[in-house]
Amino acid sequence: MAVTHLECKECKAHYPLQALYVCERCFGPLEAVYEHQRDGRDVGELRRRIQGGPQNIWRYADFLPLAEGPPGPSGRLASRVGLPAGCTPLIRADRLAERLGLREVWVKNDAANPTHSFKDRVVSLAAARARELGFEVIACASTGNLANSVAAHGAALGLDSYVLIPADLEEQKVLATGVYGTKLVMVDGSYDDVNRLCTELCAERRWAFVNVNLRPYYAEGSKTLAFEIAEQLGWEIPDRCVVPVASGSLFTKIAKGFDEWRELGLLDGQLPRMNGAQAEGCAPVASAFLAGHQVCRPVKPDTIAKSLAIGNPADGPYALDVARRTGGSIDAVSDEEIREGIALLAETTGIFTETAGGVSAAVLRKLADRGEIERDESVVLLITGDGLKTLDAVRGSFPTYSIAPTIEAFEATVPEGVAAV
Amino acid sequence: MPVLVKIPTQLRPAAGGAAETEVDGATVQEVLDGLFDRFEELRARIYDDDGSLRRFVNVYLAGEDIRFLDGLSTPVADGAELTILPAVAGG
Repeated sequence: MAVTHLECKECKAHYPLQALYVCERCFGPLEAVYEHQRDGRDVGELRRRIQGGPQNIWRYADFLPLAEGPPGPSGRLASRVGLPAGCTPLIRADRLAERLGLREVWVKNDAANPTHSFKDRVVSLAAARARELGFEVIACASTGNLANSVAAHGAALGLDSYVLIPADLEEQKVLATGVYGTKLVMVDGSYDDVNRLCTELCAERRWAFVNVNLRPYYAEGSKTLAFEIAEQLGWEIPDRCVVPVASGSLFTKIAKGFDEWRELGLLDGQLPRMNGAQAEGCAPVASAFLAGHQVCRPVKPDTIAKSLAIGNPADGPYALDVARRTGGSIDAVSDEEIREGIALLAETTGIFTETAGGVSAAVLRKLADRGEIERDESVVLLITGDGLKTLDAVRGSFPTYSIAPTIEAFEATVPEGVAAV
Repeated sequence: MPVLVKIPTQLRPAAGGAAETEVDGATVQEVLDGLFDRFEELRARIYDDDGSLRRFVNVYLAGEDIRFLDGLSTPVADGAELTILPAVAGG
């Protein structure tokens, strides 16, 4: 089983497996293509081969675009496998389901990755491919989570790193990047400005920009979420997935992951209904979905969900296609609903998510309220990042009781309901 | 009115290897037409069959996406800088 080449998603032109990301003929994005050889193995053997793999995304190395398989010992670099990601918990969320009037809701908690977001999946893969291609430096344009991950993977692998972020990012994300000893560049502009700058820099530097010139490899890492969800459900495809949408890459790659395993016979049944989640303050994909458009009109983001604040989502057209093809949708929620979504998830599951997870939880609630989810459906809610990264979103959102250290003060101040339960 | 057009690496082979070139024009459309007069091969790379910008081509005037301005009709001043770049998803 192996990746064979890169292919333009628009005009299908072929390219070699190099640090290329855009078609020279039509500017379409490039994507990895595989020739899966089953070598006479039946489905059971394929599944056992996966189950016998490591407890991280490298158990899916057969389905990822690395030339030399999972990263192993390296003579030149001290680290053996860097900072492996994946194998995060899939938790049955019965209290959340009950609150929403649903039967079977699962939370895929990808905040349980090494730098507390799903970005460790894509960066593990991009960094491994960068090493295969001989790069000495990794870099990225980031809304925060990717910044954390690139800086950490650079440190773990002994690669220099450059991280470019919008200057107004949450302090937690800035601190949780700089600590790894990266070159942290704060750009006076929006994420879309940072992204444009990195696209220009990419032509000037021989660096592996994980989400620019390494993008065809990087993006494939998101498929591992679909693989894990299916494996954790006992080789089943859920009926529905609710996934946050920024560039649209994660959303489309999750569908691709399920699809690839269906083609190999590892999974049966239809693709899940794919429901995308955006913030109203940055909803170019949701707006295009509602208007019936094939492409997204860029917007200037203004939302507390900064990790989703991409006003010019390059994978938007593909996300629209996936949502329509699977009978799903792309919905948007207000900042207030995002805060309520964070609280809903925290209070019913014990999982504290960042604003992007609040967007997903709020969209799940919206779908449930609209009566779009059948009672017997299995629904997976994707939580992509940790609440500790966006503390401002919950500051002042709950009461506290300040007292002197005496029984009298406690009884006089703390409500009975809280104390007695 | 010459405008400086910056050409992305992927298109340089179709532009005689040039990284940038000066073109006259009063609007983005006129500048691009002038560019295509000079490098005919670029036309099909940047425009689709209907003569509009391909959906993965982004054009920036002084750093601002022209879709936030007047699109191809956006006026350009003497000495302005027009940048052509592939759309790249972020995250």
